[in-house]
Amino acid sequence: MKLRAIAHSRTGDKGNTSNISVIAYDERDFALLARHVTAERVAAHLAGIVRGGVTRYELPRIGALNFVLRGALGGGVTRSLALDPHGKSLSSALLDLDIPDGEPVFGRWPAEPEADGRRTP
Amino acid sequence: MRQVRIGAGAGYSGDRIEPAVELAEIGDLDYLVFECLAERTIALAQQARLKDPKGGYDPLLETRMRAVLPACHARRTRIVTNMGAANPLAAAEKIREIARELGLAGLKVAAVLGDDVFDLLRGSDLPLEEMEGTVADLGNRIVSANAYLGAGPIAEALAAGAQVVVTGRAADPALFLGPLMHEFGWALSDHEALGRGTLVGHLLECAGQVTGGYFADPGFKDVPDLARLGFPIGEVSEDGSVVVTKVEGSGGRVTPATVKEQLLYEILDPARYLQPDVVADFTAVEIRETGPDRVKVGGGRGRPPTGKLKVSIGTIEGFIGEGQISYAGPGAEARGRLALEIVRERLALTGVAASELRFDLIGLNALHGAGRAQGSEPYEVRVRVAGRTDSLAEAIRIGNEVETLYTNGPAGGGGVAKSAREVLGIVSTLIPAESVTPSLYILEA
Repeated sequence: MKLRAIAHSRTGDKGNTSNISVIAYDERDFALLARHVTAERVAAHLAGIVRGGVTRYELPRIGALNFVLRGALGGGVTRSLALDPHGKSLSSALLDLDIPDGEPVFGRWPAEPEADGRRTP
Repeated sequence: MRQVRIGAGAGYSGDRIEPAVELAEIGDLDYLVFECLAERTIALAQQARLKDPKGGYDPLLETRMRAVLPACHARRTRIVTNMGAANPLAAAEKIREIARELGLAGLKVAAVLGDDVFDLLRGSDLPLEEMEGTVADLGNRIVSANAYLGAGPIAEALAAGAQVVVTGRAADPALFLGPLMHEFGWALSDHEALGRGTLVGHLLECAGQVTGGYFADPGFKDVPDLARLGFPIGEVSEDGSVVVTKVEGSGGRVTPATVKEQLLYEILDPARYLQPDVVADFTAVEIRETGPDRVKVGGGRGRPPTGKLKVSIGTIEGFIGEGQISYAGPGAEARGRLALEIVRERLALTGVAASELRFDLIGLNALHGAGRAQGSEPYEVRVRVAGRTDSLAEAIRIGNEVETLYTNGPAGGGGVAKSAREVLGIVSTLIPAESVTPSLYILEA
């Protein structure tokens, strides 16, 4: 499955550094995230974009990881030639990461819609 | 327990106006905060001030103030904003003028000054963040230097009776922390309290980003009525915990998931969120849904600040020229690639002086590079060529070379767009906090 099935994500920027959160839909899936979404895998998945190191911070209480990617924004938001100089769309690239099937998952999406058609994470 | 209700009326300079009016009119607020100053905004504002000594504040200041001042005045809601940008005093004078026009006699407006450290910094040997070299190495390329001020001067202005406080560069969460310090009597030495207040400010500072904006992903994360997105209200208790909510009936939603995305937004190390007044720690934060569109957040912590203030330095970075053209249907990608090759060769043949060039096929590889597309050829692609130059004239030539593809390039190209603009970059450094002295000016309408 893709990471997108079990987690959501938002990207922010500071200078030439990108900050990408990865948040489990169900906090009980934190261990699964922690095992498979490592700094090394994120660096490999975004190879060619990130030029510096990748640091991972863990927030088990809210079921989330926070990744800091140095040298990821083409010299910095303000001078980059890139179409998306803030790297805002990097969260979507990261959610395309493969997560091995076969392990128990608590919150997998998309869920069945509710009576009013909404799906509520 | 006593509560303070703080609303966020803007998450960036160009943000929507109506959600702020909605908050002012029916949000039952004690404070309405407008965060409008991105990293680069102040460098642009500084250039505007150079052209007009009475300018240099947020271009939407007047629109926003006219929209919310009457309701805020009637309901005794105080306003805090960094819309002063490069000229907080001129912004305060403008607000006073508007207040007089609206008949709001006696309205007190405070300007917080002192963030402009251009003269202090010029030629200094302070090292730059994230890059080699010192401030002095930037030479004449520096156009602005602004230190991130803390919440102290904002709290002081409120204590002096200001109904509107307008700052230049201040840490975004400080715009919220200032009112909380004032209301709850938190001292600058109470770092635990400042950590909790910073958490509140951080959650609210991007306005709609915590109420369902920048969150929707159909089928995975559905959000109702984003065209009428409600901006957030923080119901802050004296113990520093907050319930994040929004005006009933407005669009968007507040859930633990929307709050978590904003909690981690741009904070880098969650145990060390560096602020002028405190090093905040978000690692023990607890998030709990207490009702529809009501999420309680607590557990922010704080330690003493580093003693250094971040300074954003605006630098002249030359120019960027750009051109785009689209191809569609069978063979679109091949024609797009041919177009890029032609422009690449033309830029060399005609000697366009670009120090850096970029060739993208939008729809294929422009955002994350080649090799990520899966499946069949896209139905349409958009050619994009961008380059960095030392002069506007050279930058214009880049877009022109894309435009000439109309009659000289591959078949079926359409929809050319071109641009050339001056680039202001931002670099950062750190200065000792004691070298910056904030000051207050209070005007009365």
